[in-house]
Amino acid sequence: MNLTLKIWRQKDSKTKGNFETYQINDISPDCSFLEMLDQLNEKLISEQKDPVAFSRGDCGVSFDHDCREGICGMCGMFINGRAHGPDLGVTTCQLHMRKFKDGDTIVVEPWRAKPFPIIKDLVVDRTAFDKIIQAGGYVSVNTGGVPDANAIPVPKNRADEAMDAAACIGCGACVATCKNASAMLFVAAKVSQLALLPQGAVEAKERAIKMVRKMDELGFGNCTNTGACEVECPKEVSISHIARLNREFFLSVLSS
Amino acid sequence: MSNFLNSSIGKKLIMSISGLFLIAFLLVHLTINLLTLAGPETFNAAAHFMGTNIVMKIMEPMLALGFLVHIVYSLILYAQNLAARPVRYKVINQAETSSWASRNMVFLGIVILAFLGIHLVNYFYKIKFTNDVTSEYHLVVGLFTTEYWYYIAIYVIGAIFLGLHLYHAFQSAFQTLGLNNSKWRARWNAIGLIYSLVIALGFSFIPLYFLISELV
Repeated sequence: MNLTLKIWRQKDSKTKGNFETYQINDISPDCSFLEMLDQLNEKLISEQKDPVAFSRGDCGVSFDHDCREGICGMCGMFINGRAHGPDLGVTTCQLHMRKFKDGDTIVVEPWRAKPFPIIKDLVVDRTAFDKIIQAGGYVSVNTGGVPDANAIPVPKNRADEAMDAAACIGCGACVATCKNASAMLFVAAKVSQLALLPQGAVEAKERAIKMVRKMDELGFGNCTNTGACEVECPKEVSISHIARLNREFFLSVLSS
Repeated sequence: MSNFLNSSIGKKLIMSISGLFLIAFLLVHLTINLLTLAGPETFNAAAHFMGTNIVMKIMEPMLALGFLVHIVYSLILYAQNLAARPVRYKVINQAETSSWASRNMVFLGIVILAFLGIHLVNYFYKIKFTNDVTSEYHLVVGLFTTEYWYYIAIYVIGAIFLGLHLYHAFQSAFQTLGLNNSKWRARWNAIGLIYSLVIALGFSFIPLYFLISELV
C-alpha cells in the first residue's frame, strides 16, 4: 500500500505545532498502524542528515506505545477524525492497515483536551487521569492477598458489571472523542468497579465526590450524554456506568 | 450545597430537572392546543381556564424561571465545554459515533429560543398586554391562513427543531438523574422517540390542519 500521511508535529508543549506531510510506500495491509509508523520513522531517520537533530530525536515522529497488544492504553492517537482510527473496540496497536485503502491520505493528530497537554508530536501527558485516581479511586484498607473463592459472596451479575468497568485501560479515548472533552466515562468506570464490590463499598460515599471534584478541577468538560465515548472505547465500557456514577454522586452528596 | 451545584454533575442535574419540567409543560401545552380542533367554544373555555385558575397563575412565573435556568446553565456548560478543548481537531468524524441532535443541542436550543420569541409576540403578548383579543380561538386560527403562510412555515419548522432537541433531551435527562442501566436505556430511547414525535407532529398538525381546511 502507498499512503500519504499528515501527521501533527510539535517540538514541545510550548512550541506551536503544525501538520507535516509524508509519503510512505510498500506498506503491508497486514501490519499494524504502529508498525507502519515505525517504518515511517526508520525512513525519516535514515534520510536524516543532521546528526544533532538525530541525537535530540527530532527527526522521527514521537508517539506513545508500550504493550502493543491492546491492554496498556498508551497508543492513543486521533486517526482520520476517530480515536484509535476507524475500527471499533481496538487500540491503535490493534488497528490494521487493511482498514485503509491504497492511496489513502491519513490524518494523525494527538488527543486534544486542555487537561492532556502535548509533550511532543503525538505524545500527550495523561497525568490528569492519575490525579483523578489519586483523589479516590482506590481501597484504603489492606485487603490482603487473593481471597479464597466465594469467601466473600458477590452475585454473578455484579461481578460481571464490575469486571466490565475494570476493563478500562485509561487510554483517554473517551476524553479525546467527546465533543466536550469530558472524562465522565473514565471516572464512571473507576467508580463503578469499586462501588459494585464489597471491598470498595466501604469508601463509596466519599469516592464519587472526591473523584468528580478532581475531574472538574482539572478542566475536563461536562458530559452531554452524546454516547460517543462508549463507541470509541477500546474496551467497550458502557455509559450505563455514567448513570451509576451520577447515582453514586447524588447519594454521597445526600449522605455527607 | 453550593459545591454540589458548581460541580459538573450538579449543573447537569439542574439542566435535567428544568428540562423535565419543560417536557411536562409541553405535553400540557399540546393538549390544550389540540382543543382548537374541537371548535371555538371548547378552546376558548380551555384558554380562559388556563388564564384564570390559581395553579396556572403560580406555574406561569415558574415556567419562565424554568426556561431561564435551563438557558443560563446550558450557556455556562457550553462555555466550559469549549474551554476544555482549546485546540480543535483538524479532522473530526463525529457522525460515526453520535447522533446529530446530541451534538447540536445548543444550536437547536437557540433556534427554539428564536421561535419562542416570535411565538410569545404572536400570542402571549397580545393576550396579556393588549385588549384586542376577544377570542383566543380566532387569534390562533387567524395566524394559520394562506395569507400568513410564512407563520405556518415558522410553526412547522419550530416544531421539527423542538422534536430533534427533545429526542436527545428525553433520554439524556434520565441518564443524568442516574435512572438508567443497560435494560432501561432502550426503554428511555423508545419513550423519548415517541414523546418527541408526538410533540413535533402534534404542534405541526395544528397549523397544517387549518391551512388545509381553508384550501379544501
